[in-house]
Amino acid sequence: MGGSIAAIGMGLAAIGAGIGVGSIGNKALESIARQPEAIGDIRANMILTAALVEGAALIAILFSYLVA
Amino acid sequence: MKRTIILFITGLFFCGKIFCQFSSVESNNILLASELPVTHSAPGAGEHEHSGEQAQNHRAAGEEGSAHNGNEGHGEHTPFDPKSTAFHHISDLNVYSIGSWNLPLPCILYAPGHGWSVFSSGKFGIDNAHHGNGHVAIDGYVLNHGRVNRISGEFPGGTVEVESIFSSSDKQSGANGKDSVRIAGINYGLDKPSTADGGLFGGGITSFYDFSLTKNAVSMLLVILLLSWAFLSMARNYRRAPGTAPRGAQLLFEPIILFIQDEVAKPFLGRQWERFMPLLLALFFFILGLNLFGQIPFLGGSNVTGNLSVTMVLAVIAFIVVNTNGNRHYWEHVFWMPGVPAWVKTILTPVEVLGVFIKPLTLMLRLFANITAGHMAILIFISLIFIFGQSGANTGAGLGASVGSGLLTIFMMSIELLVAVIQAFVFTLLTACYIGAAIEDHHHAAEEHHA
Amino acid sequence: MIATLLVDFSPLKPDFGLLFWSTVFFSLFWLLVGKMAFKPIVKALKDRQEDIRNALDAARQARSEMSDLKAENERVLAEAREEKMEIIKEAKVSANLLVAEARDTAKAEAQRILQQAKVDIETAKMAAMVDVKNEIGAMALQIAEKVIRKQLSDQPSNVAYIQQLMDEMDRGGNRAPSPKA
Repeated sequence: MGGSIAAIGMGLAAIGAGIGVGSIGNKALESIARQPEAIGDIRANMILTAALVEGAALIAILFSYLVA
Repeated sequence: MKRTIILFITGLFFCGKIFCQFSSVESNNILLASELPVTHSAPGAGEHEHSGEQAQNHRAAGEEGSAHNGNEGHGEHTPFDPKSTAFHHISDLNVYSIGSWNLPLPCILYAPGHGWSVFSSGKFGIDNAHHGNGHVAIDGYVLNHGRVNRISGEFPGGTVEVESIFSSSDKQSGANGKDSVRIAGINYGLDKPSTADGGLFGGGITSFYDFSLTKNAVSMLLVILLLSWAFLSMARNYRRAPGTAPRGAQLLFEPIILFIQDEVAKPFLGRQWERFMPLLLALFFFILGLNLFGQIPFLGGSNVTGNLSVTMVLAVIAFIVVNTNGNRHYWEHVFWMPGVPAWVKTILTPVEVLGVFIKPLTLMLRLFANITAGHMAILIFISLIFIFGQSGANTGAGLGASVGSGLLTIFMMSIELLVAVIQAFVFTLLTACYIGAAIEDHHHAAEEHHA
Repeated sequence: MIATLLVDFSPLKPDFGLLFWSTVFFSLFWLLVGKMAFKPIVKALKDRQEDIRNALDAARQARSEMSDLKAENERVLAEAREEKMEIIKEAKVSANLLVAEARDTAKAEAQRILQQAKVDIETAKMAAMVDVKNEIGAMALQIAEKVIRKQLSDQPSNVAYIQQLMDEMDRGGNRAPSPKA
């Protein structure tokens, strides 16, 4: 039982991270299209932000392992 | 183009055919050898490496090996289990399997009260078909699925013939919750290798420590030697002919080094970028090299950066570098955020302190999760052939699945190539970012500096 | 539950051996290769970047110097051209002057020669006149002699008169025989 709850938790974390990373990518691509000369800065910040969002998801997944 | 695709798909089809044939041949062999009424699945069906031909070699070897497998004592064959197959293939082992060759690796083992034992894992008498089950116990150590385990409790040293090894789920195991080994008709429980997880993931300190040069350690050594050779000869070139146009390895690595320098080090580290370049480059090339090494088909597919031990070491090193270089402002921002009301500080400080540890934790988990997931996905796609083919019972379905899973695997591998580079880059970028936050001058000063 | 699920999942379980070896290997890689390869490489790249920047600067400077030089050249050339024009103009003027002078000299010379010629002619005419007078006198004398011989043979008064006449003729005849008179 605990395992399946953990699995649901992981799935929710993945959904959240997916939405987050998706909107980051969306905005980053828009910005790049608007200002192609700033691609370096945008890419670095995009990856940084995506990493932070992903970090939250990873922590959630880890905790869902632990509490299960 | 069209012809190439058709040829390719036909090739996959024939690969699958060969797979299935060997599967059924092996099943028949076992039937003959053990004369057991088995509803078959090949015992070693989980033993396929990432790619078809390799597994085919494997299978060929398994065929001869299976003759003396009959005495393994499996009452009934468990059906093909993709989960354990995948888990087995991404774990660290004491034997390096490439196709049908099981290359022995040095075992360096320490048991408190027993002392050090150093020997080659070849001495265990590795069983090809069962993928690294040893036939022999040495000094109370046995090779269980490629991993050295120690027999719990008292057991005489020396070399003893092993009858069979049971997994914990096996009813004959006798030792509850543990893998066990049957020697001279008696079942002994096996201790897992000790785990530095504080018992969180079902591990803990057991009766011995395994300091062996495992598959992952050897891959790491190999990659490091390769990289060292490349970079040292490159550095020699720069010293010998300074200021000339790059050539050879320089042409390959120079743009990457410049990329790390201009996209990672300079923007995030500011004026002190040159101090941290060796660390960033070492991190990047170490991770990238190992990621790509794990992707090479027919080379064992060692899952080094997808092992928590390795990423933990990298993250701990990043953590140490960040916090030993942290200046006053960094610690101020962690413990007593300036310009924030006192009651907010009481909330913010625990969060920030937690953040100090969560940052390397996410570094560790991100790399681990991405690489492990990639390896696992490829393994599961390969496993589809055996799931559909029911381990040789249904050849036609296996044939069809081999085409599909081959295509899926190739798709996955190309994505994994991308992931290998991106993860190495992200790890380096984030390390640089964290270091940059720790060594940054005060914000206002920084703004003045930029203006 | 999760413990049994993860019991086979060894990558998630950090084991001491791999922790130890990866620490050793990565530290070695970082410290040794970092010191012996990455640092020199980064430094070499930086030096080369500096070199290239300097070379580019030098080239830019050389180019600007060259364009300066070219402008100077052009200026000098223009000056020279102007000077040439000046010289040619001057030369033309002086040539004209010379020609005019020469013409004047020549004219004067011609004038002089003409004058000389006139004088010469006058002189020659006078001489010729004298000659002619003498001749005519002689002829007239002869004629008169003959005429008079016939009339007055040998009369001294006649001779004197004739002499007197001759003198008068000489004086008055000077006017009378001149073409203009």
